[in-house]
Amino acid sequence: MIYVFDGSLEGLLTAIFEYFERKPKSIALKTGKLFQPDAFTETLHIVNDRKKADRVWQGLQKRLDGQWSRKFYCAYLSELPEIHNSLFHFACYIFSNEAGAEKNYGNPYVLVTSQIATKVEREKHRMEAFIRFQHTADGIFYCGIDPDFNVLPLIVKHFKDRYADQQWIIYDLKRHYGLFYNLLSVEEISIELSNQNLKQPSSNQLSEKEELYANLWKDYFKSTNIESRKNTKLHVKHVPKRYWKYLTEKQLE
Amino acid sequence: MSERLREKLNILADAAKYDVSCSSSGSDRKNTNKGVGNGHTSGICHTYTEDGRCVSLLKILLTNHCIFDCAYCVSRKSNDIERAAFTVDEVVELTMNFYRRNYIEGLFLSSGIFKNADFTMERLLRVVKKLRLEQNYNGYIHLKTIPGASDELIKEAGLYADRMSINLEMPTESGLKLLAPEKSHQDVIKPLAFVQNQIVQFKDEKKLIKSVPKFVPAGQSTQMVIGATPETDKDIMYTADRFYKNFSLKRVYYSGYIPISNDTRMPILGTQPPLLRENRLYQTDWLMRFYGFNVREILNDANPHLDIDIDPKLSWALRNLHHFPVDINTADYRMILRIPGIGVGSANKIVQARKFGKLHIYQLKNIGVSYNRAKHFIKCADTPFQMKDFQSTQIKAFILAESQSKYLKTDIQQLILF
Ligand code: SF4
Repeated sequence: MIYVFDGSLEGLLTAIFEYFERKPKSIALKTGKLFQPDAFTETLHIVNDRKKADRVWQGLQKRLDGQWSRKFYCAYLSELPEIHNSLFHFACYIFSNEAGAEKNYGNPYVLVTSQIATKVEREKHRMEAFIRFQHTADGIFYCGIDPDFNVLPLIVKHFKDRYADQQWIIYDLKRHYGLFYNLLSVEEISIELSNQNLKQPSSNQLSEKEELYANLWKDYFKSTNIESRKNTKLHVKHVPKRYWKYLTEKQLE
Repeated sequence: MSERLREKLNILADAAKYDVSCSSSGSDRKNTNKGVGNGHTSGICHTYTEDGRCVSLLKILLTNHCIFDCAYCVSRKSNDIERAAFTVDEVVELTMNFYRRNYIEGLFLSSGIFKNADFTMERLLRVVKKLRLEQNYNGYIHLKTIPGASDELIKEAGLYADRMSINLEMPTESGLKLLAPEKSHQDVIKPLAFVQNQIVQFKDEKKLIKSVPKFVPAGQSTQMVIGATPETDKDIMYTADRFYKNFSLKRVYYSGYIPISNDTRMPILGTQPPLLRENRLYQTDWLMRFYGFNVREILNDANPHLDIDIDPKLSWALRNLHHFPVDINTADYRMILRIPGIGVGSANKIVQARKFGKLHIYQLKNIGVSYNRAKHFIKCADTPFQMKDFQSTQIKAFILAESQSKYLKTDIQQLILF
C-alpha cells in the first residue's frame, strides 16, 4: 500500500490519521513528486484535513515530551526525500507502543528521526552565528541565505527576541521566501527580485554607512588574529568553507 | 574621519588580542525593554580567527596608552608603538553597529591605565552605562576590572557588565615581580574578592526581593601567561586551583606567551608559543572541573610537569595502575570518569545503559568510548581473558603506537580534549 501526499506537514499528519483508520499491512508514504504509479501496488491519495492533522499532532504531543516533538518538527524541516516515510513510521510506532518508545534507539525510525533532527539543529545554530545583516537604504537589516534545510521557522524566535528594535529581513534564496520583522511581528514575504540581487544588494540599495562598518569588521577580523598561532585546519573545521559566502569577513574588499 | 577610526580599531584590537578569553556564555539577560540584544546562555561563536579561536565579542582596548611598564605587555610604557584612544561614543557606535549586523555577541572592553586607575575605570563605566541606559543594549558585556579602582566604581560597573575579569598575568608572585615590579597579586586578589562578595550579596537579596538587579551574572574569570617566566606546571595549576576555590571563578585562561620584545628576562622574539603545553594545562583544568580530580593527584613534587606526549588523564592512569582494570558494569560513576578514553558523555550513558543489562564491547563503541585506549583499563561482559599484566610503559607504547598515525596527521597545535 502506498500513501501519496503533497509533502506538507498537514498532509503528513493526515496520512498518519488515515493509517489508524485502515491499518493496512505494509505501507510506505511518498510525496506526489517521488511517486511512480505501477499496476501492482494499491495507492491512496491523501486529502489534507486540518482537523485530522490537529488531532494527530495533539496526540503526538501527549506522547512525546517537548524535546521529541521538536525533533519530529526539525526532521520534517530537513526536506530530505526519505524523511516523510521515516516520520510516518516513527509516529505510527509511537502510537502503537507504550509511552517511552522514543528512547528505543534500536528502532531505525527513531534513530533516523533523532539523527536528522540533530543535523537540522546544527544548521539552525550555524545560521544564528553566520548570518550577516546589511543595512539597506530603506533602513532594513537584510540577509539572504540558502541553507541546506528549511531552518527559517526555527530561527525566527532568536532573531525576533534579539533584534526587537530594528526592522530585518532574512531571505531564503533557495525556497524563495523570507521573514520580515516590522517592529511588531514577523511576516512571511516573497520578494520579486533577481536571485543575484537578493544574494548581494547593489551598493545603491545599501545605506551610506554600510561599507564603512563592513570594512571595520574585516579590519577587526584581521587584527584579532595571531599570526604565530596560525592553524588553518582548525579554522576550517569550525567554519566550513561552504559557509564562507555568508561571512562579511571572508569577502574581499 | 572614518580612516582614523579604522586606524584606531586596528591598533586597539591588535593590542587586545593577547587576552584569550572569548566566552559569551553564562548570561541570560533578556531583551525586556524592546531594545536590542540578549544573552545566549551557552554563547555563540560568530566566526573563528585563522588560528582557530572563537570570535564572539568585539575585543578592544579603550586605549593602549599606559603608565605602567609590564615587560610582557605590548602596551607597556617603554614600548615604541603607535598609541591610540577611542572616545566613549566611538566604542558605543562600533558595538551597536557590529551587534545590529549580527557580527558579534557583545563587547569585551579592556584598557591600558592612563592617568590612574579610577580615571580609567570611570571611562569604562561610561561606555557600559551609555550602552545599557541610552542604547537599550542587552547584549553581552565583558568588562575588565582595573586593579586599584575604587569599590564604588567597580560596584557600579558590575550592575551593567555580564562578566568581569582581572588577569593574574604571571602564575606566581615572584614571576610577576620579575617582569612587573610595580605590581603584585594582591592588587588582583582584592578586587576579585570584592566582586565575588557582591555577587553573593546580590544573589541573596534577589532571593528575597525580585526587583534586585543582576550583578555580574556570568561571573568572573582570570588569565595567566604561560612560558614567559620559569614556573612549573605544578605552580601554574596550584595557583589556578586556589583561585577557582577562593573566588568561585567561572574560568581560568592559560595563554601561551607570544614573544613581543627583546627583553632578556623572557623567551626571545621568534620563539614558538608553547601551544602544546597550553593544551595540556587546559586538559588538566578540565580534569579538575569536570572529572573530579584533585590537582594534587595530577601534579605534585614527584611530577611537577605534565607529560607532553600523552594527556594528563592517561598519564595519571599509567601511574596508578593499581586502580585498574575497572569493571564497567559495576564501578561507580566517579571511577568510570577516570578511565582513559571515556568522557563525561560516555560515562553518563554507561551508567544509564547498564541498568538494562550488562554492557559488551560493541555497545561501548556505539556509546562513543574510544575503545582502543580504554581497553587497557577496563573489564566488561565480553572482555577477552588476559594472560599477563602489562607494565605501564608497555601500555603507553601500545597507545602511542596506535595513535601515532592519527597524531601525526592532526596538527599538534590542535586542541584535543580526550
Ligand atoms: S598595566 Fe596592563 S596595559 Fe599597562 S603595561 Fe601593564 S599589562 Fe600592559
